[in-house]
Amino acid sequence: MTEVGGVLQNRFADNLVFTTVDNVVNWARKSSLWPMTFGLACCAIEMMATGGTRYDWNRFGMIPRGTPRQSDLMIVAGTVTLKMATRLKRLYEQMPEPKYVISMGSCANNGGPYWKYGYHVLKGVDEVVPVDVYVPGCPPRPEALLYGVMKLQEKIQEDRVLRRRAETLGSLAGASMAPEASK
Amino acid sequence: MDAPSIHRRLADRFADKIAAFQAEAQQPWAVVAPGAIAEVAGFAKSDPELAFDNLMCLSAVDYPKEDPPRMEVVYHLFSYRHRHTFVLKVHLPREGARVPTVEAVWPVANWHEREAYDLFGIVFEGHSDLRRILLPDDWQGHPLRKDWVDPDFYNGMHVKPTQQMAERAMAGEKIGVGPFDFTPPNRHVDE
Amino acid sequence: MSTDLQSGYGWRVDEIDNDEMILNMGPQHPSTHGVLRIELRTDGEVVRAARPHIGYLHRCFEKHAESVDYPGVIPYTDRMDYVASMGNSLGYALAVEKLMGIEVSPYVQTIRVVMAELQRIASHCIAVGTYGMDIGAFTPFLHLLRDREKILDLFEWTCGARLLYNYNWVGGVSHDLPEGFVRACRQFLREFDAITYPEMTDLLIKNTIFIKRTAAIGVCSPELAIAYDLTGPNLRGSGRPSDLRRDEPYCGYDGYEFDVVVGKGEFGPVGSCFDRNWVRAVEMKESAKILHQAVDRLEKMEHTDVHEKVPKRVKPAKGEVYARSEAPRGQLGYYIVADGTGVNPYRVKVKSPCFTAMSVFHVLAKGMMIADIIALIGSLDVVLGEIDR
Repeated sequence: MTEVGGVLQNRFADNLVFTTVDNVVNWARKSSLWPMTFGLACCAIEMMATGGTRYDWNRFGMIPRGTPRQSDLMIVAGTVTLKMATRLKRLYEQMPEPKYVISMGSCANNGGPYWKYGYHVLKGVDEVVPVDVYVPGCPPRPEALLYGVMKLQEKIQEDRVLRRRAETLGSLAGASMAPEASK
Repeated sequence: MDAPSIHRRLADRFADKIAAFQAEAQQPWAVVAPGAIAEVAGFAKSDPELAFDNLMCLSAVDYPKEDPPRMEVVYHLFSYRHRHTFVLKVHLPREGARVPTVEAVWPVANWHEREAYDLFGIVFEGHSDLRRILLPDDWQGHPLRKDWVDPDFYNGMHVKPTQQMAERAMAGEKIGVGPFDFTPPNRHVDE
Repeated sequence: MSTDLQSGYGWRVDEIDNDEMILNMGPQHPSTHGVLRIELRTDGEVVRAARPHIGYLHRCFEKHAESVDYPGVIPYTDRMDYVASMGNSLGYALAVEKLMGIEVSPYVQTIRVVMAELQRIASHCIAVGTYGMDIGAFTPFLHLLRDREKILDLFEWTCGARLLYNYNWVGGVSHDLPEGFVRACRQFLREFDAITYPEMTDLLIKNTIFIKRTAAIGVCSPELAIAYDLTGPNLRGSGRPSDLRRDEPYCGYDGYEFDVVVGKGEFGPVGSCFDRNWVRAVEMKESAKILHQAVDRLEKMEHTDVHEKVPKRVKPAKGEVYARSEAPRGQLGYYIVADGTGVNPYRVKVKSPCFTAMSVFHVLAKGMMIADIIALIGSLDVVLGEIDR
């Protein structure tokens, strides 16, 4: 939290905080990332384990939502096949702004162990959606996924909401969908 | 019943349709003429001594380098009643392979045959619903054939890994935090 | 993606009644156990017909198996049924060993049995837990996942991986058991007998709501099951006591005492969804029984080198083999063709139990309500990685 110095500093009790709107908005967004359950393959089991009691992502404020309309994070956990890629893009477009994408596991990063001979495997989910954080591993441990979420939270904290030019609205990842970027 | 007796029982009934019997293999098989496989299968299931009520597996194998080049459909049969197994094979040409379906004998063959059609291009005559099962409906070609070549694109998505990706991976480059050519568009744009 | 209702999807537009609709479930859905898409022809509540569509996770396993060498296929086999990878690699290793005529030592066999049964318990934890979650009972899922973490700790201690192990090699296993494994395994079994199994039974299996929701639906007769090649808990739930560990023993399973659990139809007809799930739940107890015997043997047994029989270069002579084993989801069969010239297999065809289990779905789903469709998928315990390979 930034400090507003000078006249107002150290004048009031500890339950009064001075900060910027950006900081508050970013803090709210990063502390309540609701992922859409997009478990595809083996990484989905590790994602379920992350939601389990030992690694508990609920303490990060993450509640899995089944529908893209009410989620703001899509964790692509598992291999994306060419058949599935069109559906993945459609689900990404159904998510409201601001939205973020974590690519979990090597299959979603770049095709994973199927990169060489997999004729039906999409070589990386970033061919169809823009990705914010890549979590490597096959499958990544739950701690690795949580580290990826924390990195995403750092990225969100640096996001600029009020101090941005008017044309580029929305999240960091969503800005690539802005009209001038889609050429 | 052991394999030679099973083969004898089949050959007694379908003398000219059973082409060859490979007895020395670890799991002996009998080659059946393609047109007769549905009949042979029906007999194998209904005959009380054979009673092959379960089709364990239906596989297709491509042998382009054999002489003559052929595709095989291999049927692994099992009987829950007598607890014996047997293997039937059908030899087909590599182009325009057609064989009658055994779906009426073992309903599970429906999906197995759809998969063989999808990945090898073998047409099963009489099948109730012969369409692709694993690959998308508009996929071109049959990938598990030995002469399959990956296309470059499918609906705008790379099928083969891009040349760039492959070169970097082969050169041992450590791939870092982002994809290869993607820079986040509004990363700390100071206005 | 074909949108022509008259060709790709099989139902003609003029067949649909006025009050019917075609509803699409999946491929992204909280409870389809993976990327499964089911097309329902329904009037809103009762399903007249259902069509499963698979292939959304087709990862070209069989093409990879032809392109890498025999030991290199094992990580790919792990990833087929990713919930129970020990079973997959065990099936493949057994098939190649049968092809090459390799016999492993009793010590390696006992290790394989221990790993397979631990994996069976872990896999059934997920199966029963997610089934409860599909029905709406979220708590048993968390309990079973917590207990599954103990098994994953044991696996991680042995071979370093939590989910996909590359453990069963051709001719042996990848890592020997560490010091103190027997003690840790016994500790896990104590906790399993005292906590996991009673909790699961109280919270889920004997739960009246669960019984009422599952005991009367999805009834599969043994004849239908055999015709559609249902195996494993699905077949045993219909009343047939068919278990490959008992009928065609491998890895020394004939030396262990355990019961083959069969669906009894206590609360409804035999072969209902409840029966299949009940078979899985009670099988966990039988697996624990086998584990007790196996770790007792491990203590007294002479420890041989686990890499003793692993060939330097796996190059089988020309031949083919079909070998099957009892994976947690049913009979997993590997048809391996070797051409004798290269280090790569010529063809590996996998008969996965979930593939055939899914093929009976359209028969069982007729006349069910939509919520029961979810219960049916869960009771068949499908893992899409195995169906699509």
